[in-house]
Amino acid sequence: MIPAPAPETLLFLALALPLCCALLLPFFHRSPNLRETVTLTFATLLAFTVWSLVPAILAGARPELSLARFSPGLEIAFKVEPLGMLFALVAGSLWLVNSIYSIGYMRGNDEPRQTTFYVCFAAAIAATMGIAFSKNVISLFLFYEVLTLSTYPLVTHKGTPQAMRAGRVYIGILLGTSILLFLPAIIVTWYFAGTLDFTVGGILAGKTDAGMLALLLALYVFGIGKAALMPFHFWLPAAMVAPTPVSALLHAVAVVKAGVFTVLKVIVYVFGIETLSNSGSADWLVWAAGSTVIIASLVALRQDNLKKRLAYSTISQLSYVVLAAAILTPISAIGAAMHIAAHAVAKITLFFAAGSIYTAAHKTEISELDGIGRRMPWTMTAFAVGALGMIGLPPTAGFFGKWFLLQGAMETGQWMTLCIVLVSTVLNAAYFLPIVFRAFFVAEPAARSQGDGQDGGHGEAPVPIVIALTTTAAATVLLFLFPGVPFALASMMIGR
Amino acid sequence: MKAIEPHLPVLPVLIPLFGALFSAFFRRGASAWLVALVATWLAAAVSCWLLAKALATGMPISYQLGGWAVPWGIEYRVDVLNGFVGALVTTIGAVIMPYARRSVAHEIDQHVQAWFYTMYLLCMTGLLGITLTGDAFNVFVFLEVSSLSTYVLIAMGRHRRAVLAAYQYLIVGTIGATFYVIGIGLLYLVTGSLNLADISARLATAPPEFARPVVTALGFLTIGICLKLALFPLHVWLPNAYAYAPSVATVFLAATATKVAVYLLLRFFFTVFGAGIGLASVPIPELLFVFSIAAMFIASFSAAFENNAKRMLAYSSIAQIGYITLGIALANQSGLTGSIVHLLNHAIMKATLFMALGAVAFRLGVVQISDLAGLGRKMPVTMATFVVAGLGIIGVPGTAGFISKWHLALGALEKGMWPLVFAIVSSSLIALVYIGRVVEVAYFREPAAAANKAHDPPISMLAPMLLLAAATIWFGLDTRASVGIAAEGAKVLLGGLK
Repeated sequence: MIPAPAPETLLFLALALPLCCALLLPFFHRSPNLRETVTLTFATLLAFTVWSLVPAILAGARPELSLARFSPGLEIAFKVEPLGMLFALVAGSLWLVNSIYSIGYMRGNDEPRQTTFYVCFAAAIAATMGIAFSKNVISLFLFYEVLTLSTYPLVTHKGTPQAMRAGRVYIGILLGTSILLFLPAIIVTWYFAGTLDFTVGGILAGKTDAGMLALLLALYVFGIGKAALMPFHFWLPAAMVAPTPVSALLHAVAVVKAGVFTVLKVIVYVFGIETLSNSGSADWLVWAAGSTVIIASLVALRQDNLKKRLAYSTISQLSYVVLAAAILTPISAIGAAMHIAAHAVAKITLFFAAGSIYTAAHKTEISELDGIGRRMPWTMTAFAVGALGMIGLPPTAGFFGKWFLLQGAMETGQWMTLCIVLVSTVLNAAYFLPIVFRAFFVAEPAARSQGDGQDGGHGEAPVPIVIALTTTAAATVLLFLFPGVPFALASMMIGR
Repeated sequence: MKAIEPHLPVLPVLIPLFGALFSAFFRRGASAWLVALVATWLAAAVSCWLLAKALATGMPISYQLGGWAVPWGIEYRVDVLNGFVGALVTTIGAVIMPYARRSVAHEIDQHVQAWFYTMYLLCMTGLLGITLTGDAFNVFVFLEVSSLSTYVLIAMGRHRRAVLAAYQYLIVGTIGATFYVIGIGLLYLVTGSLNLADISARLATAPPEFARPVVTALGFLTIGICLKLALFPLHVWLPNAYAYAPSVATVFLAATATKVAVYLLLRFFFTVFGAGIGLASVPIPELLFVFSIAAMFIASFSAAFENNAKRMLAYSSIAQIGYITLGIALANQSGLTGSIVHLLNHAIMKATLFMALGAVAFRLGVVQISDLAGLGRKMPVTMATFVVAGLGIIGVPGTAGFISKWHLALGALEKGMWPLVFAIVSSSLIALVYIGRVVEVAYFREPAAAANKAHDPPISMLAPMLLLAAATIWFGLDTRASVGIAAEGAKVLLGGLK
């Protein structure tokens, strides 16, 4: 037996692997097969690395790594804690699945500039790992911005005027909110607390008054534009112009989860749940997040473009996490963490399905999907599983997040929150189930079923795509049956 | 080494001066370039040695020129602050040199190339003289040396308007120098001394009836120096000068000339007038706040609407100078640290940006933003350095620009000036607009016919650009050296206030 490597080594590897991948890929520009092998190898290694880090974290180890001293008292440093571990686990594992999917999608659609695509993708994953493992707010901010910048070329990948406009919105809102609101919040925190390290119980207790805490919280949650809290959500539907693997891994998992992960971390480790609930500075956040949940669901209902509908659904689901954090009970914080994992696997499945339909049938609108379930049974079954996950029904992972969220709301007697969750569950069902119904139970239009139309005669999508979406659909169910690891990590986060 | 060491403070001035003399004897550009290369690198090495010595001793190093005793003779007085500025000027000047040969050969007529290097070295001599001397009149002499050589450098630009731009700068620069001399004259009237340290000591004990000439001197000096550093609204000469000067001259001037003027302002405000009389009645900080913020916003907006890429960067420089003067107005440890470190950070970033444009001019001969179409793919390395330095100008974390803004914002908070924090970050966003424009054109538009054959410049030009782009990232992550020295410099300045 080879002795298990030290947690510090694994931490270093988790950060270095995707970065090395990004640096290596350009050399394989001329041989796509080799290039894809490199991506898959590194993705496998990363998944393996993050999973082998879990036992040590559960055993109580907190490996640290310092990169550079930034300014007196500030450093670029990493420290693995349970919530970050969970986020890294989700992003790291799904990168592998998504890479398999990307190969099928990018080749199936003959996308141009594939090397650039894979390089930026690996860089984005490296930034995500940096966010997950940041020891302090300033390191997190650094990787947060790197993530924005590395995904910009992916959003504008198509190079069309529409993609360019979307890129403007994307970088304008994400960089704009982070520089205009997030950065001042960090500077003010540093000014008051004298430290920016994530600390259990928070660093702002007793450092300033309730009004300032409320202002700071507002700067943080709106400044973290990646959490897509209304009114700073426009970038997410705009980003849907990107190739589907980007929408799937980045705009359903890595980027948006980086947003809510940061919000959660700031609330738990910078403010401290107790400090906030004692001062009452976070009461308004319940309303802001709650209205985003409802409004985004209503907008989703009206979208005919499948990816747009998924995007608005993501906005709504992200605010569940913010809402769960804003309730400020330990149990709802667990719910928030669980929902990060559950929504990730379910939403990536839905995006995979959307991309699968686009690759096989070249369809993007929901109204065109009549009867497609018979041609693409794997895809649409996976879609149905993902949809159940979104609604939060057992046997899917989405159930737990909502369960803990509701429990937290009832503990504190926040009936308003309860109503919001119930209404939005109904709305979730209302915008996802008709798609499933259409696909399986509405007959295909006659012109197409004969198989001589331009988009007729298609079957299931390429094999890599089917493998990927089946895997994530299975994961959605498995996470319901075996929630042990995420639950243990989430409980450790709040010190239980 | 032992024989040279006592003369260290004056060597950075003498080396380029003799280099300039020597290179004037050559007819061929390449030979003059070789002289300039040796002179600049030698000066850089000596300046860095001087800085290291100033850091190690912690006391100002005094050198009496020709052995004449202070305060009658000319004193060279080097502390951490001007040691730092001197090292900055020479290092940037040296890094540009490998880049200069091809660019100058391409842009400047064969028979005046040697003159270009002579003027370049003279300009450097002037800037270093201003920086290292401790004598007010000696400053004036070197101010003129640097200005006159700058006029020639600008006038060597290819475009016919270069001559007009040089003339415009000549008028403004002469007014600035005149104001400076009037200010010095008034100070001489009050104190009877031209040695900066001596003036400072005498002002502290001057009788109160001298308050009026002292305040008047401060006014003349401030305006004179602010003309040189292009503080808004005294900036009108700068955009044309930068836009029409040869690429290499623009890189050098943008990175160093305004920085030296800022140093001079710092020296007068804090060391000379710091302990002066009757200054409480003059609202200098308030005025500086207003003009700095106006510069940060108005110049940034001008940059966002500019179609000539070089002029766009010139306006950006004016905005960035606004940040520096903002830190001076804050006049506390964090704010001044931010200002001083931004001297370095901005020099690095702006040099990179102008070098990238110089590379474009080298291949295409034009630098309208629309001419950059498709260059992201045709000149990938060049545009990549542009993007990295551009991110620095925006102030993205992980780049040098972020560090400066961090300290400035902290300085504003320490003063309790909350809105300033938002002014600092929101003006960064305008930088996102003008840098973003270039990025969109370079990466999303199809290249024009002329750009189709373009490719990255030769390695001699690429290497300095890559080096400085790497420095932009380096000083954004590891700030022990840059912020460490800047904080020391700020301490020296604030010590003068007591």
